[in-house]
Amino acid sequence: MAIAGYILARVFKAILVLIAIAVLNFVLIHAAPGDPAAVMAGEAGAADEIFLQQLKEKFGLDQPYHVQLWNYLAGVLQLDLGFSYRQEMPVAQLIMDRLPATLLLTGTAFVVSILLGVMLGALAAVRVGRWADSAITTLALLFYATPLFWIALMAILLFSVQLEWLPAYGIETIGANYTGWAQAMDVAQHLVLPAATLGLFFMAVYARMTRASMLETAGQDFVKTAKAKGLGEGPILRRHILRNAILPVVTLAGLQAGQIVGGAILTETVFAWPGIGRLMFDALLQRDYNLLLGVFLVSSALVLFFNLVTDLLYLVVDPRITLTQ
Amino acid sequence: MTSISNKATGARDFWRRYTRNRGAIIGLALVWIVIIVALIAPLLYPQSPWRMVQRPFMPPFAVDGFWFGTDTLGRDIGAGLAYGARVSLLIGLVSTFVALLIGIPIGAAAGYFGGRWDDALMRFTEFFQTIPSFALAIVLVAILEPSLSSIVLAIALVAWPPVARLVRGEFLSLRSREYVQAAVLTGQSSLAIIFKQILPNTLSPVIVLASLMVATAILLESSLSFLGLGDPNVMSWGYMIGAARTVLRQAWWMSVFPGVAILLTVLALNLIGEGLNDALNPRLARKGR
Amino acid sequence: MTVVSVENLAVALPSGADRKLAVEDISFRLEPGEVLCVVGESGSGKSVTANAVMGLLPKEVRPVAGCIRMGERDLLTLSETEMQSLRGSEAAMIFQEPMTALNPLMRIGDQIAEVFEAHKALSRRERQAKALDLIREVGLPDPEKAIRAYPFELSGGQRQRAMIAMALALEPKLLIADEPTTALDVTTQAQILDLIRDLQQRHGMAVLFITHDFGVVAEIGDRVVVMREGLVVEEGLVDTVLSDPQHDYTKRLIAAVPPLSPSPARYHGEEGPILSVSALSKTFRSGGGLFSKARVVPAVKDVTFEIARGETLGIVGESGSGKSTAGRCVVRLLEPDAGQITLQGEDWRAAQGAALRRQRKRVQMIFQDPFASLNPRTKVSSILTEGPVANGVPRAKALARARELLSLVGLDESAMGRFPHEFSGGQRQRIGIARALAMDPEVLVADEAVSALDVSVQAQVLDLLADIRDRFRLALIFITHDLCVAAQICDRIAVMREGAIVEMGNTADVFGNPQHDYTQSLLAAVPGWGESSPLTRWRRKLAEA
Repeated sequence: MAIAGYILARVFKAILVLIAIAVLNFVLIHAAPGDPAAVMAGEAGAADEIFLQQLKEKFGLDQPYHVQLWNYLAGVLQLDLGFSYRQEMPVAQLIMDRLPATLLLTGTAFVVSILLGVMLGALAAVRVGRWADSAITTLALLFYATPLFWIALMAILLFSVQLEWLPAYGIETIGANYTGWAQAMDVAQHLVLPAATLGLFFMAVYARMTRASMLETAGQDFVKTAKAKGLGEGPILRRHILRNAILPVVTLAGLQAGQIVGGAILTETVFAWPGIGRLMFDALLQRDYNLLLGVFLVSSALVLFFNLVTDLLYLVVDPRITLTQ
Repeated sequence: MTSISNKATGARDFWRRYTRNRGAIIGLALVWIVIIVALIAPLLYPQSPWRMVQRPFMPPFAVDGFWFGTDTLGRDIGAGLAYGARVSLLIGLVSTFVALLIGIPIGAAAGYFGGRWDDALMRFTEFFQTIPSFALAIVLVAILEPSLSSIVLAIALVAWPPVARLVRGEFLSLRSREYVQAAVLTGQSSLAIIFKQILPNTLSPVIVLASLMVATAILLESSLSFLGLGDPNVMSWGYMIGAARTVLRQAWWMSVFPGVAILLTVLALNLIGEGLNDALNPRLARKGR
Repeated sequence: MTVVSVENLAVALPSGADRKLAVEDISFRLEPGEVLCVVGESGSGKSVTANAVMGLLPKEVRPVAGCIRMGERDLLTLSETEMQSLRGSEAAMIFQEPMTALNPLMRIGDQIAEVFEAHKALSRRERQAKALDLIREVGLPDPEKAIRAYPFELSGGQRQRAMIAMALALEPKLLIADEPTTALDVTTQAQILDLIRDLQQRHGMAVLFITHDFGVVAEIGDRVVVMREGLVVEEGLVDTVLSDPQHDYTKRLIAAVPPLSPSPARYHGEEGPILSVSALSKTFRSGGGLFSKARVVPAVKDVTFEIARGETLGIVGESGSGKSTAGRCVVRLLEPDAGQITLQGEDWRAAQGAALRRQRKRVQMIFQDPFASLNPRTKVSSILTEGPVANGVPRAKALARARELLSLVGLDESAMGRFPHEFSGGQRQRIGIARALAMDPEVLVADEAVSALDVSVQAQVLDLLADIRDRFRLALIFITHDLCVAAQICDRIAVMREGAIVEMGNTADVFGNPQHDYTQSLLAAVPGWGESSPLTRWRRKLAEA
């Protein structure tokens, strides 16, 4: 019962935030310089009068703001994100077509980065002050400081251009028409570089955080208690230090979800990955604001979803939450 | 007398702890180099970085004076690097400053007044933290039209929430500290207490965070200009890489050099942040080594 | 057959510490079935000694000379693996902070069973069964539930019981207890001391008991080792050392221990009360939203008392009794929900905003934590003058007064230019007192003002408080958990429990003839002052001399 209440509260909160983001979106459309109809049409300044007039009527742009806002919100709740005149398709459908690719990319990058990051961070903490620690810390520092898009380019230069190990662009080999297992392998091959570049930065973040958190936890009283029991180093590390040290990392991972989705814009652009990030870049090039804001809204929803997942994960790792609710 | 000697030993202690971190010294040296290059860019390259000065696609070291080669339009990459340093530093510093201006008052108010204020302000902060910051920055710059000020504004708008959270946390814990309560009891005003008793004690972590924020801001600016959202009137590292992207196979140097410049600058700032952390929070730092 | 003997042990501190050796050339033996107390003030090296025996010293603190013998072995020469198999099975340890000594993410039963697992004893099922037995033996309520509980679901005393259960698991010959009751309330402390005594006798364990409290020594110890700055200054039977100390330091230390008997009645307050509080109530509400219930804690319920100039009223109670909340309501750091507070005949609760700020100086407070109560970035001169200056006193005058006050509280004028971290805990507390006095208050609320101090410093600060109370004819509200301290300085005592005053009267009456059951049990729980206690005898001897 308590758990249900907790989940319900989280979902409710997520919906509120989503509505707030939709309102922000609405404000942004109207903040764009020029006629909102023109902005929506993606033709700032250059569309013909009759077309714009039609648009205004169709979207009720001549109505007062609060009515417009209401219509917009009602649309969003029905998954109607407007129409992209550049692509001549509903925004929602454009996004839906591209969403799976983005989920595949960000999901892989997230899982890989958190697993590797926690492992490396833990290793560094255990070997604190020794060469493994120095190596991991230095590497983490480097990846933390490297621009994502540049790593992506360098990875292409090295692994595709020089070594010719991996494909650099797209999600599958064009014209190959693989099916089944072959297709999966093909996609997996295409996934390696974008997922790795996107994951590296976050791996660095999680590794640093895990290391710091482990060192902090190692100084806690209950670790001393565990030692006083005569427990060996392994169990102390796993059961007492790592389990407690992971909590702040989970929190951070939730907060970082937004960054991963943002990072996907750069990665997808460089690797021509057909996801919503690439879609956003195209919208940007074409000044297709309706599409741009639609992607923005959906990527925010994605972040909210990731946050919800971390909140649920917390339920599993920390007994204090369910029981004190 | 005593106060002067106290301040002097304080500064000396600070410097001793800072220099104990070798990376921090390297970082400081690197940042100084970047600053100097940015300052003397017009002396090094009197010509505008946008001007075509040699034949296009010239590899590095091919012609004397053009160590970094030229780009697709025959512009000197060296000049781009020097002028790009100015933009990176400028945007990094100004946007961090603006983010602090937003974040510190919000965090301070939430932490000091607590209760409803805290609830409302923290909901607001969380909201901004939930929005994917890079996507928001893109949308803002795209809608406001790319310019130095819209970029600064966009970066500041996505960078302030961590400041607010940090300051709020510090205020919350210092607010119930006994010396603050003693100050309340002596009849000092809220403003006096915030500025004299609490704020000075929150500065150390804020300074550390600010140095890391400058680094993040530089990364963010380069990503924006890479996507073509940079100020069209100024040369920046991200723009150079973005422009060279399509010719990556033929001309590696066009994207490698600006990338290294970003990497070194951001790395240096991160190293400085760690050094500051060691020097300003000696108790925490010791645990790590 | 000696259980453990420490011979000429020296332990080095890392460079940069205030001294080279944490302990130097210390020796003592612990025989089977006896409780040996190691007693000393902070920095005496008593905890280092205990941790050295367990091999639990921090990396940078290492033994440099001597040996620790257990049977045939010298523990200092054992490998880490050998120490590991010894810890928990032959020697076990319990710690000071039960709140942090248990893993917050593991069930109590699992944490106990882990001891067996560490030493590869019993099957999985047997481990759980044995854990349940242990939980029963240490008297945790509702054992079947306790075994599945997480630490945050238990109180401090219950957690310490769980720690003891863990320590007992493999029936060790030696139990090391490092200040195990210091963080507990006095009644809980008495129960835990009883439990340790009882288990020690039942299992025939030897106990090495580290404490700073002579009352606890008198209560539980067979023999005692007195330490000071890393050296053993005196050793012997508790009965002899405490009733007839030989070394000067021991004498001074024991003399500074406040006895559980009221100091002789003082003349006080013929005039009417300066401050009266009636029907004061304060309830805390926290959390609460759309999907969760708010937590409601009634902290102070219907509290009424009054105090005259020159008088000291003690408010005594255990943690959670509401004594601090009441104090904070009086100084107006908290807004009470109901009740009247009258100061000099005026409604003290009526003042609000700027008017309150102007009047705040009339009621001042002295805080508990000498390290948190002074702004680390402010020099003593500003600490002492900020308040008066904010109240319109010219800076020069405030500075002159600050110097005066410093010498009054026993500090040198040169302290003015220094920062708080340059002072010891006792000195900081003096600065805190001077800060309050700088406001020329009428009422002074001392909230656990001496609780964080070592016993010898405690006595000095108490003297200072009594002195300034008489000198400035202050009404002093003295909030404390420590009955012995209250007995020394208070004219009247109010005993609080769960937010309400259960008994109030002259100190001599409350101590001599307690009316309420709770007061009686509080007094009975204070360790070390029974009729036959060596401390009582020494005190009597002092009085006769």
